[in-house]
Amino acid sequence: MSHDTLPRPVKTANAPASAAPTRHRRHWTRRPNPLAGLGSVIWLAVVIVPIYAMISASLTRQDDALGANPLKPPTSPTLANYNTVLHNGFGHFLTNTVIVAAAVVALVLVLCVPLAYVAVRTRNVFSSAAFRLFLLGVAIPAQAVVVPLYLMIAKLNLYDSLLAVILPTAAFAMPVSVLILTGTLRDISEELYEAMALDGASATRMLFQLVIPLAKGGISTVVIYAALQAWNGFLFPLIFTQSDGPRVLTLGLFNYVSQFGVNIPALLASVVLSGIPIFAVYLVARRALIGGLMGVGGK
Amino acid sequence: MPGVLFFAFFAVVPMVLAFYLSFTKWNGLGDPQPVGLANWQKLIHDDRLTQSLTTTVLLTVVSWAFQTVVSLLLGVWAAGRQRNRAVLSAIFFVPFLLSSTAISLLFYALLDPNFGIIRKDTLGSTSGAFLAIVFVGGWQFIPFHTLIYQGGARQIPDVLHQAAAIDGAGRYRQFFSITLPQLRNTATTSSVLMIVGSLTYFETVLILTQGGPGTDTAILPYLMYEAGFKSYDFGYASAIASFLVVAATALSLILVKLTGFGAMRSTREGM
Repeated sequence: MSHDTLPRPVKTANAPASAAPTRHRRHWTRRPNPLAGLGSVIWLAVVIVPIYAMISASLTRQDDALGANPLKPPTSPTLANYNTVLHNGFGHFLTNTVIVAAAVVALVLVLCVPLAYVAVRTRNVFSSAAFRLFLLGVAIPAQAVVVPLYLMIAKLNLYDSLLAVILPTAAFAMPVSVLILTGTLRDISEELYEAMALDGASATRMLFQLVIPLAKGGISTVVIYAALQAWNGFLFPLIFTQSDGPRVLTLGLFNYVSQFGVNIPALLASVVLSGIPIFAVYLVARRALIGGLMGVGGK
Repeated sequence: MPGVLFFAFFAVVPMVLAFYLSFTKWNGLGDPQPVGLANWQKLIHDDRLTQSLTTTVLLTVVSWAFQTVVSLLLGVWAAGRQRNRAVLSAIFFVPFLLSSTAISLLFYALLDPNFGIIRKDTLGSTSGAFLAIVFVGGWQFIPFHTLIYQGGARQIPDVLHQAAAIDGAGRYRQFFSITLPQLRNTATTSSVLMIVGSLTYFETVLILTQGGPGTDTAILPYLMYEAGFKSYDFGYASAIASFLVVAATALSLILVKLTGFGAMRSTREGM
């Protein structure tokens, strides 16, 4: 096995300043470590068994599922459960989730990139106060503000609309996004700004021609982070929407519990289906996804 | 800066409003009526709050310990570069792709006494329900924290390990004397995210146990949700929420102090 086939070290969000990856490192871990090997196999089972049981059960007829061992493969596999789910609004819920995720990502980028830029480049009372506000914001639990938000959303006549989900989700994705972006932007060297300033570039031009290209790593991390927040969102949709119209996927899943009742195979089919879109994204963009997330804490 | 205004409107204003609402009576319709300290008095004398607070703290601590140990070990192991590690790491990451709701539903089904893998009423017993929430939370978030530790472990300069190896330090000695101390900052970042994140185990609790059996797994956010959106006592829910804000802000201030997140300097200085 040549070294070239091995995965390259993933760059962190702070890529611009990171040192060139060295080859032939880590030989201290090359000897097999039986204990670590065993541990990783145990964790592999912990990860795979529930996923396997879920897929196998989702292919089982409801009558066969009760009382059967879920670890045994289905005797006569069927796609009927998937059919049931797809005929119960799954596509609609998925579309809503995709709309919410796209809108949240767009909002977060438009608001946070200039904000991080200003926070890093200007040193005045206002910008550092704003930065501290976001630091505190990291710890504001969404649960804590959901009641007043409910009041505000109702007064703004947004209740039961997709906007009622998008706006607060974006707001709550902002603190961590600002932290990630300021982390990246701080690593852009002062000389580059000075050089551009000498060339007579305006602040806006610096933002678009210097900051955004160099902060790509941080920006893609933020895209992933915000999209995952929207994908995962449950509390805001639960409380700010009511009808099926603006209902997102997580709530759709939650509703299937009462709708399908004891039809656990159908329930699991809906869980499998909900995982497929993001799994597809994962297969295509694995390196970017993992690299981006590694940057969140890898410093 | 529109960003600040937007954030203030949807996150800071509601926080202040929550505090105001905690001094009112409001059933979700009409306008809130001021009632003074009634909600706070009720809160102080509510046995469920004490129980809920204990559950929340216990859940946070146990989850933190479980997730940190597993993801630290997995992360350091995965930082090596053999091929099978890359493949296994890719598989390990899969649970993180499912939403909390999907994962809660999956385990809701797998823990069903008539259907699931364990044919016992796991969720019907206090310790079973508690451990199920810890496990499900870990199953979902350990992949993410493994990644964080993996990133951290890869940034440890190789020379440290080489020097130790020359001095005759074995693998475990190296782990405890070099890897672990070098991962200090990574551990802080990961822990902050875990602790803040464990406040959002709301979905898991709502779907897996509805706070039960009895009120044994009703963590603070769930108690707030029940008071507000099930009993329509939004004033009281706001009192619980304000309490949550104060607790979370205090926690955040402590963590910011400890981690030096607030310092306006490059995290790469001195590297």
